[in-house]
Amino acid sequence: MTDAQTTQIVVTSLIKQFGRFAALRGVDAEFSGGKFYVILGDNGAGKTTLLRAMAGLAHPTRGTISILGKTPQEACRELGYMAHPSLLYDEMSGMENLRYFARLYGITGDDRCAQAIRSVRLDPDLTRPVGQYSQGMRQRMSLARAVLHDPQILLLDEPFSNVDVNSAREMVALLKHMRDAGKTVFVVTHQASLLEGVADEFIWMQAGQIVNRTPQLVSPSAEAQ
Amino acid sequence: MSSLRSITLATLTKDIRLEWRSRDAINSMLFFSLLVVVIFSFSFDPNAEESREIAGGLIWVAFLFAAIVALNQTWARELRNQVLDAYRVSPAPANALFIAKALGNFILVSLLEALMAPLFMIFYNLRALGPAWQLIPVAILGTWALVVNGTFFAAMSLRTRSREIMLPLLLFPISIPAVQSMVEATRIILSGDGSARFWIVLLLTYDVVFTTACLGLFETILQAE
Repeated sequence: MTDAQTTQIVVTSLIKQFGRFAALRGVDAEFSGGKFYVILGDNGAGKTTLLRAMAGLAHPTRGTISILGKTPQEACRELGYMAHPSLLYDEMSGMENLRYFARLYGITGDDRCAQAIRSVRLDPDLTRPVGQYSQGMRQRMSLARAVLHDPQILLLDEPFSNVDVNSAREMVALLKHMRDAGKTVFVVTHQASLLEGVADEFIWMQAGQIVNRTPQLVSPSAEAQ
Repeated sequence: MSSLRSITLATLTKDIRLEWRSRDAINSMLFFSLLVVVIFSFSFDPNAEESREIAGGLIWVAFLFAAIVALNQTWARELRNQVLDAYRVSPAPANALFIAKALGNFILVSLLEALMAPLFMIFYNLRALGPAWQLIPVAILGTWALVVNGTFFAAMSLRTRSREIMLPLLLFPISIPAVQSMVEATRIILSGDGSARFWIVLLLTYDVVFTTACLGLFETILQAE
């Protein structure tokens, strides 16, 4: 087992409540490094909450999350988070956005920003504000923001939503490339078929719990039969 | 410390750039203040003596109400596309964001004051009988008192449904000592009736206490869900 494949993330008895509603009901899981995980489930199953908890954005009501032996907040330099909204300023260009977010990670100069933009196959010299980008371009720029500081673990929430099939396939190829480079990739999606043959593991969630983990795309009900 | 300074500067620059491109806050503030000046000057017809007595209250209340526009706008920008989450998952210190936002608002409200003060002077036929230079520390300390608390409470009401209403409800009561100090100091300076020293010291004390409290509590506010 290489270093990349040792356990990187340990989730223990994770419970997250919003008022009376329990979004996560005692999630226990371990995730190895250098793998591609796809988190699946119906709306309200707890996928996004689990991802936000791993990103340090949702504080557990009970239970713990350990990322490389640290809390999510302590491990923030190792985490790249992409949400359903773009997390970008619409009035600024892609380069201006990334230049700002780079400063938050102590990255100076434009080289790393340009490299991140090129890595998602966009043009760093594009002066158009992000608000005028197509949905596919915006999603890719959002991915560039998430990978800007070269994190070890990528947490991506619905990266293919509202994206046409070709753009989605391009993004899948990018993510596969990142996994092959040793990154751990988590993708929450409803378009699991796009990731068949690419993902290492499909994680099925239901009512705030992980109900199944399969190496192939087989729904829990189909497996039961 | 250098990271706090560089991130504060980067955030401040970004906010000024966004405001320059959209002019959302400054236009609304200018029109609002202009309306107050014109409407009040038509409603009352004070002589020079009466003007000196009421101008302090009129000017500061107009600026307080106008500042609400800028304060609401400050955080509204961070809510669009959930950009605030990108800051929350980064290792950037929370106080860098707070200081940058407070400084940005300070610049905007100061700009408004610089533009509107001559109009007030003309419309109300004002001339300071006391030491006019003391209006400068009153303006600086008073503006800071408004924006530091305003920035904090605007962040606090960020996740409430009716945040435009919540902000004045939270801000106005806590600003009473500061507003009273500003109004009294301005009245004394304009009328030349005694010394404004006590009110300026009170304003300075208010600023120190509330800036310290806001800096101490902001991280909790930022990380709240």
